[in-house]
Amino acid sequence: MEFERKHILGLEELNAEEITLVLDTAESMKEVSERDVKKVPALRGMTVCNLFFEPSTRTRSSFEIAEKRLSADVLNFTTSQSSVVKGESLLDTARNLEAMGASMIVIRHPMSGAPWLLAKELNSSIINAGDGSHEHPSQALLDLFTIRRMKGGIEGLKIVIVGDILHSRVARSNIWGFLKLGAEVRVVGPPTLIPKYIEKIDVRTFYNLSEAVVDADVIIMLRIQKERQDFEFFPSLREYSRFYGLTREKIKRAHENVTVMHPGPINRGVELSSDMADGPGSVILEQVSNGIAVRMAMFYLVASARRNG
Amino acid sequence: MTDKTAMNSASVKRTILRIVNEILERNNGASDIVIIGVRTRGVHIAERIASAIEKLEGIRPPLGTLDITLYRDDLRQKTEWPKVKRTEIPFSVEDKKVILVDDVLYTGRTTRAAIEAIMDFGRPSAIQLAALIDRGHRELPIQPDYIGHKIETARTQEVRVLLKETDGKDEVLLVQD
Repeated sequence: MEFERKHILGLEELNAEEITLVLDTAESMKEVSERDVKKVPALRGMTVCNLFFEPSTRTRSSFEIAEKRLSADVLNFTTSQSSVVKGESLLDTARNLEAMGASMIVIRHPMSGAPWLLAKELNSSIINAGDGSHEHPSQALLDLFTIRRMKGGIEGLKIVIVGDILHSRVARSNIWGFLKLGAEVRVVGPPTLIPKYIEKIDVRTFYNLSEAVVDADVIIMLRIQKERQDFEFFPSLREYSRFYGLTREKIKRAHENVTVMHPGPINRGVELSSDMADGPGSVILEQVSNGIAVRMAMFYLVASARRNG
Repeated sequence: MTDKTAMNSASVKRTILRIVNEILERNNGASDIVIIGVRTRGVHIAERIASAIEKLEGIRPPLGTLDITLYRDDLRQKTEWPKVKRTEIPFSVEDKKVILVDDVLYTGRTTRAAIEAIMDFGRPSAIQLAALIDRGHRELPIQPDYIGHKIETARTQEVRVLLKETDGKDEVLLVQD
């Protein structure tokens, strides 16, 4: 199968076959990342720009490492250092980057839909590194990749996503990906943080963590986004942690070999107790290293689609 | 389209055995040798070479698999990008004599990519190239150390190597479109 998408904007629009191709390609990229010399010349001569309008350390670094491992030339733009502070529009900023030769633009933006706007207006390929509370496809793909490696497949798994489903772009992209690859998806959190009508897309809703994790194969803890919420959605972090923080006690009814994940950064003692974050079922650091392989695969496949389209 | 048989099963078997003998003679045995096959059919020929060396010398050289997709210099010209597969070289190539094995040697660009890939794994003392078929039309200054058969071809022709492992039988066909 050929990958025909010039952009990767979200998992809602990718089909199961395309997602599987990304994951298969990432297996090869993982091998590159395990070598002493972690570099191949596949994207030599291509320029990739990382355009980040929100603070990010791990995602931006992961994209940058992926780009460099494929030998692309890399340009980094963050809001504080760009002409955005002088009032330049997103589109003008991106057009200037394209004029400088960027053939692929990785964008993170606080407004949902920003990557779609660029994809519509520019010739460059756009890769969504997180748009508002909408989608975060690279995180979802690395989660799928990590789970597939741990469990041997996705189909039939019981996957629980815990926390702020309402604001989480990670949850939204994950749900699309898990459902498309045949997993059972459960979401759990305070009623104020569960989107209305979510059951309409075949997701089971729980408000009690101990009930949600019964026979679970994977539990994904979401970060409480202190910077977004101001605690309007629950009374206190302490209360949230008491009801929705993952502990040894609450996980007892899950599958014996349950895998615990978190997109990071962790609020230790809030979403996860330290013994859970660092315990035997935790694959949080594997998620980080797998992120590089998955992002390499995304670049490689998008570059192939650019060539063909 | 007309197909002409360039090698039959017995000929493929004899040829691989001759290559094995040449490798052992040139390297005074198999003690410092590692064998790396280029995906896909080069891997199967490499496996046969390793097994034959084991029979003759009593030691099986380490065997690796190389996918050169990420090293190709023609990705921008290709209308279809090849699917990336895994490279598996689970041993050190440092100071070893690498026998690089491919089924068909043509322009030399695959070999160049393979050499570049191997050098990323370490610094071998030597890289020697073994190809079942040399069909000419070199675009780079690359010369094989061990050749099974040299076949005069036109660029419009295709050399198709069939192997039991992938195709159910051993045969080399010269295909004219």
